[in-house]
Amino acid sequence: MASNHIYSAFDEELKYLQSRISEMGGLAEQMVSEAVQALVNSNTELAQKVIADDAKLDSAEREVGDKAIIVIARRQPVAADLREIIGSLRIAADLERVGDLGKNTAKRVIAVQENGVPRKLARGIEHLSELALIQLKEVLDVYTTRSAEKAKSIRERDEEIDAMYTSIFRELLTYMMEDPRNITPCTHLLFCAKNIERIGDHATNIAETIYYMATGAQPEGDRPKDDTANSVVTPKE
Amino acid sequence: MNMMAETTTEAKQVQPMSEPSFKMLGRNVSVHYGAKQALFNVNLAVRQNTVTALIGPSGCGKSTFLRCLNRMNDTIDNCRVSGEITLDGQDIYDAAIDVVELRARVGMVFQKPNPFPKSIYENVAYGPRIHGLARSRADLDQIVETSLQKAGLWSEVKDRLNEPGTGLSGGQQQRLCIARAVAVSPEVILMDEPCSALDPIATARVEELIHELRSNFTIVIVTHSMQQAARVSQRTAMFHLGNLVEENDTDKIFTNPDEQRTQDYIMGRFG
Repeated sequence: MASNHIYSAFDEELKYLQSRISEMGGLAEQMVSEAVQALVNSNTELAQKVIADDAKLDSAEREVGDKAIIVIARRQPVAADLREIIGSLRIAADLERVGDLGKNTAKRVIAVQENGVPRKLARGIEHLSELALIQLKEVLDVYTTRSAEKAKSIRERDEEIDAMYTSIFRELLTYMMEDPRNITPCTHLLFCAKNIERIGDHATNIAETIYYMATGAQPEGDRPKDDTANSVVTPKE
Repeated sequence: MNMMAETTTEAKQVQPMSEPSFKMLGRNVSVHYGAKQALFNVNLAVRQNTVTALIGPSGCGKSTFLRCLNRMNDTIDNCRVSGEITLDGQDIYDAAIDVVELRARVGMVFQKPNPFPKSIYENVAYGPRIHGLARSRADLDQIVETSLQKAGLWSEVKDRLNEPGTGLSGGQQQRLCIARAVAVSPEVILMDEPCSALDPIATARVEELIHELRSNFTIVIVTHSMQQAARVSQRTAMFHLGNLVEENDTDKIFTNPDEQRTQDYIMGRFG
C-alpha cells in the first residue's frame, strides 16, 4: 500500500504512522475487553489499570497528529498518500474515543460493585462487548489489508450491536421497575452498555475511513441502523 | 461601472466548468522526429479562459504537444506532425494559415527567460510594432505600460524603461517575457516550464500572474512541478511515453486520479 516512493524516507514516515495506528488499535481493544471483564467480575484493580492506560492512548493520538502534520508539510502528499495521512488522523481520533469509552466503563466498576451485577445482565453486557470487540478487531485487520470490500461489509454489520443494545436497555428498565434500589447500578450499567454500543459506531467510522482511503470515495447509502432504544417506553401497568 | 465589469468577468470564469467551450482542439495528434515517434494519437481539448497543465516525466511528449499548438515544431527540420489541431475551429496546419499571425494569436513563454538584448521598453514594444498594433508613439507607450502592468512588472521597472532587459533579475526577466507575449494581445499563451529557472518567490509571482491572466487568456503550461500544476491549473493532462494517459479537473487528478500511471507519477512512485 505505502511502498516504493522514490523518497524512501517518505515510505518510512507512512509506515511509522501505520504502525502507531495498529498499536493504538491493539491498546484500545485491550482496554475495552479489560473494562468489561472488570465490570462483570467487580475487579477494581483491573479497572484502575484501564483508567491508567487511557493516557497512553491519548498521547499516541497526539503523536500521530504531530507526525501527520510534519509529513504533510514536508512531502506535500497527493491522491492516495494524502488520503492515507488524513485517514490516519481520523482513525487515531476514533481509537482515542474508543479508549475514552473503555475508561468511562472502567470508572463505573466501583459504583456498580457494591450491589454486584446480576448474572444475566452481566452476560448480556459481555455478549454486547464481544460483538463490539469482534467489530473492532476485524476493522483493525482491514486496516492492515485495506480491502474496500471487507470495510464495506463491516460497516453493514453494526446493526447487530444496535439490536443487542436495545434489548439490554429494555432489560435494565425491567430491573429498575422491579426494585428502585436497582436504579443506581442499572443506570451505571445502562451507560456501560451505551459506551459499548458507541464503540461499535467508532468501528463503523473506521471502516468508512478505510473505504475512503482505499477508493477515494465515500461508501454509498446510509449505515444500516437498528438502534430503537431511543423510542423504548415503559409498559403501562 | 468597474465593479460591474469585474463581476461579469467572474461569471464568465465560472461558466466553463459547467459548459466547457474549447479554444483549441487536438485530434489524433502524432509527432515524429525523423523515424522516432514522439507523440501517439493525442486527443486533447484546451478550454477557454482555463489554465491547462501538461505533466509527465521527461520525454513524455508534453513539450512536443505544447509546441504543436503554435507550430513551433515547424522550426525543427525532421519533425513531422499529423492529425488535426484547431484554434476556434480553424485548422492551424492549413496551408492558408499565416504562421507569424498564428504565433501572435498563440504566444509562448520559454523555460529560460530570453529577453532581447534591448531596453525593457523595446522588449515589449517589438511585437506590437512589427504586427502594426500601434498607430502612434503614444499608442505604443500605452501598450507597453498595460502589458507590463498585466505582467505585474510595471511598478518595478517604470523608472528604468530604457535600461537593458537583460539587467533585470531572473524572475523579472521572465515576467518581462510574459509582458512581451501579452503585448501582441494573444488569445492563447503557451508556457514551457516558465518557473524552472526561478527562485520560490519569483515563482510565486509568476504563478499569481498566471492566475490573473486566466481571465483574459487561455493558458497551457508545461511543468515538471506537480505542486505547480496543482496550484495554478484547473485542468491537468498527464502524458507518458508519448501518450495522453489522462486528462481531467485538476482537483480530481490530485485527489483521486483514474489511472494507475498518473497516481504513481504524482505520488512520486516508481512507474
